[in-house]
Amino acid sequence: MSSQIPLLEARNIGKSFLGIAALDGVDFTLERGEIHALLGENGAGKSTLIKILTGVYRRDRGSIQLEGTEILPETVADAQALGIGTVYQEVNLLENLTVAENLYLGRQPRRFGLLDRKAMTAGARALLARYGLDIDVNALLSSYSVAIRQIVAIARAVDLSGKVLILDEPTASLDGQEVEMLFQVLRQLKAEGLGIVIITHFLAQVYAVADRATVLRNGRLVGTRALSGLPRMELISMMLGRELLEIESEHASDRASAGAAGEAPIRFENYGRRGSIAPFDLSIQPGEVVGIAGLLGSGRTETAFLMFGIDRPDSGEAKIDGRAVALNSPQAAIANGFGFCPEERKTDGIIGEFSVAQNIALALQARDGWARPISAKAQRALAQEFIRSLDIRPPDPDRPIKFLSGGNQQKAILARWLVTGPRLLILDEPTRGIDIGAHAEILKMIEKLCADGMALVVISSELEELTAVAHRVIVLSDRAHVAELKGAEVTADNIMRAIAAPATTEAA
Amino acid sequence: MQTTPISAALTRKLRRLGPQLAALFAILALITLISPGFLSITVQNGRLYGSLIDVLVRAAPVALLTIGMTLVIATRGIDLSIGAVIAICGAVAASLVADGYPLVAVLVAVTAVGLVCGLWNAVLVAFLDIQPIIATLILMVAGRGIAQLITEGVILTFNNDDFADIGSGALFGIPVPVLLWLATGLLVGLLVRRTALGFLIEATGINRRAAMLAGVQARFLLIFVYAVSGVMAAIAGLIITADIRGADANNAGLWLELDAILAVVIGGTSLNGGRFSITASLIGALIIQSINTGILVSGFPPEFNLIIKASIIIVVLTLQSPALGFIGGFLRPPGNAGQPIGKASAEPRAGEKAGTTRTDRAPTTFSTQERTS
Repeated sequence: MSSQIPLLEARNIGKSFLGIAALDGVDFTLERGEIHALLGENGAGKSTLIKILTGVYRRDRGSIQLEGTEILPETVADAQALGIGTVYQEVNLLENLTVAENLYLGRQPRRFGLLDRKAMTAGARALLARYGLDIDVNALLSSYSVAIRQIVAIARAVDLSGKVLILDEPTASLDGQEVEMLFQVLRQLKAEGLGIVIITHFLAQVYAVADRATVLRNGRLVGTRALSGLPRMELISMMLGRELLEIESEHASDRASAGAAGEAPIRFENYGRRGSIAPFDLSIQPGEVVGIAGLLGSGRTETAFLMFGIDRPDSGEAKIDGRAVALNSPQAAIANGFGFCPEERKTDGIIGEFSVAQNIALALQARDGWARPISAKAQRALAQEFIRSLDIRPPDPDRPIKFLSGGNQQKAILARWLVTGPRLLILDEPTRGIDIGAHAEILKMIEKLCADGMALVVISSELEELTAVAHRVIVLSDRAHVAELKGAEVTADNIMRAIAAPATTEAA
Repeated sequence: MQTTPISAALTRKLRRLGPQLAALFAILALITLISPGFLSITVQNGRLYGSLIDVLVRAAPVALLTIGMTLVIATRGIDLSIGAVIAICGAVAASLVADGYPLVAVLVAVTAVGLVCGLWNAVLVAFLDIQPIIATLILMVAGRGIAQLITEGVILTFNNDDFADIGSGALFGIPVPVLLWLATGLLVGLLVRRTALGFLIEATGINRRAAMLAGVQARFLLIFVYAVSGVMAAIAGLIITADIRGADANNAGLWLELDAILAVVIGGTSLNGGRFSITASLIGALIIQSINTGILVSGFPPEFNLIIKASIIIVVLTLQSPALGFIGGFLRPPGNAGQPIGKASAEPRAGEKAGTTRTDRAPTTFSTQERTS
């Protein structure tokens, strides 16, 4: 450690939401003239850390020093005044104003108490010229591409703050050329001595632009590493974690035999959708668990949406028992015996104000149609059965589901599909955001359903989860199925290798 | 669990309707204090008369609209067009009656016109995904124009006693409009509650995306509720037209959609969709009409009417306000604090253990916070 004071230094940051730790003892250091990538899967705590640095949340513990001075930003404006500016993924500018108005919003130059348009135009021009951007600053922001808007947002943030620039997923909606244009700007700002924090899910971009990377997982710091010379494989293993590796690989070889010969009754052939997921082949046997692995944004959820009819395919076909079927809607998928537990439990899963019983009965009722109502009594009886078998707590079928914990909500959603007696159950991140106990129970449940002859597709970002339950694992990268691992090949190592080097992986 | 299921259900129902019933009785009592003859009911020529009967008769159009509006609002929608649909249906009815078509044909035709209007709204909302307030605004504006075209710009009058009976006749001593809204309310109520329609409508209103992913045909339900709303407006249009023996394209049903929305809100159904009660909404409609009639019979100068009506409604809504729930929260189980009174019954045992409730909720909040990371 040199004696020079870093630009921004956060030490031992802790933050809890209602007793659940979102960040626990995280250190983060940003130097002048550095581009620093902040990495981690969903729920790792990246956003929480950023929000604490930018004054959206207040930290519970720890200290933040900017140029050696302790700071405690209370609002975003506070952080801005201190020198920390943020640009969010959804550009936080007003599309219906001009570029110049956006740049000077809230601090418009005035002359005799009136808006000084001339000064504003000239100032905006000069500001954007720094970034090599020569555009009509009096045109509406909405008339420009996302990349230009992104740069305008950066220009505003840098002009307002000027020390630290935080970019949250800046490249999510840019094409290759636009990304390069944005990176040019970042490299220039870096040369000017700014400290830049970038959150992105694209590892190639991390290597292209960043100097160091800090990896978070489950609210804890995994490590901060210089990127030059750091193997991709190692970075991915930091992000995904692999503590349970040895135990789990035994499991995987146990189940190598399942999914044996014969035409699989559920087949997807050349199934794909442009801009969402490249065409893939997938066949699933009864009593088989197919895992889907890949980093965030690799097309995991898109694959599930396509299989369940939420998105429509534009190539290929689905075959069930040898017959081609059109899975154009969730209803169609359900009619074919599919069930789907979505990743976003709150927005896509639960009916918050409905009771546990009503939530459990919903899919069955929807399938039976409105003319064949399930009485409140029958709903409750159904719920009682699953409350017992899945150990849903509290064991009260009448309690609104929004008052249950995440794990119990997940069990109720699982029960919702089990009552329909599905032949294929698709689980998207079935253990996301739930406690350890429920975690183990849900994995056990998956094994039991599979032993009963159900076909399951399990999407997960936790490798140990996949190696524990899956007979086969499909690996996704860049919105395409790049590898398939079977039986003994299903190890965390192999999955990570497939994610890291899609081009060189020999598809099984 | 000590009580029998039937009495438990009754208790639940009473608790749900409690605030509305209390408000209605309070207003009726207030009016009776000011004008004691209010409650007296007499029988003349085998027909019931009296201010109270008048309330039930005059409430008919809004009550009918309220039935449809409750379902629409339960899906998190709104139907602004129903006042205009009344005008269209009234114009169609008057012109058909004036042209001498048989009564049954007129009734069928007018109902069909209301249905088509509702389906038009449904197409905009369910298939084109236009926000309900804008989608139904289109017909709200265009509808009166259509009605004016049908009446050719004049107040279309007719002379047909059979048709006029829909507005002013009586059956078994009870005015026909009262029978119409009671029967329709009962019919629609049974239709949605004895089938799974109500259940699925509520699921769609609370979380349309989750409902669709569970296989609920949200589109079909949206078509259903807007169609019902259109048909309700058609029946209301028949009553209004029959009552004045003519169709006034400009004024028939004017602003009634707002009264219907108000009735639903007084009835405790949230504009955010979800749980609904047609009964509570109908009581809401009666509350509004009691206020209207009450002001009239109390002999207040008519220029005070709208102000008094607004004041009483503010009082009723304040009593239901979720913000007030925090004040009342000291008196109620903790789990219920902050919920509208009308919804308290939805959650009978949430307050058992305040601590449990809080920790149970935590992970959900946690995942919301983290979803953006």
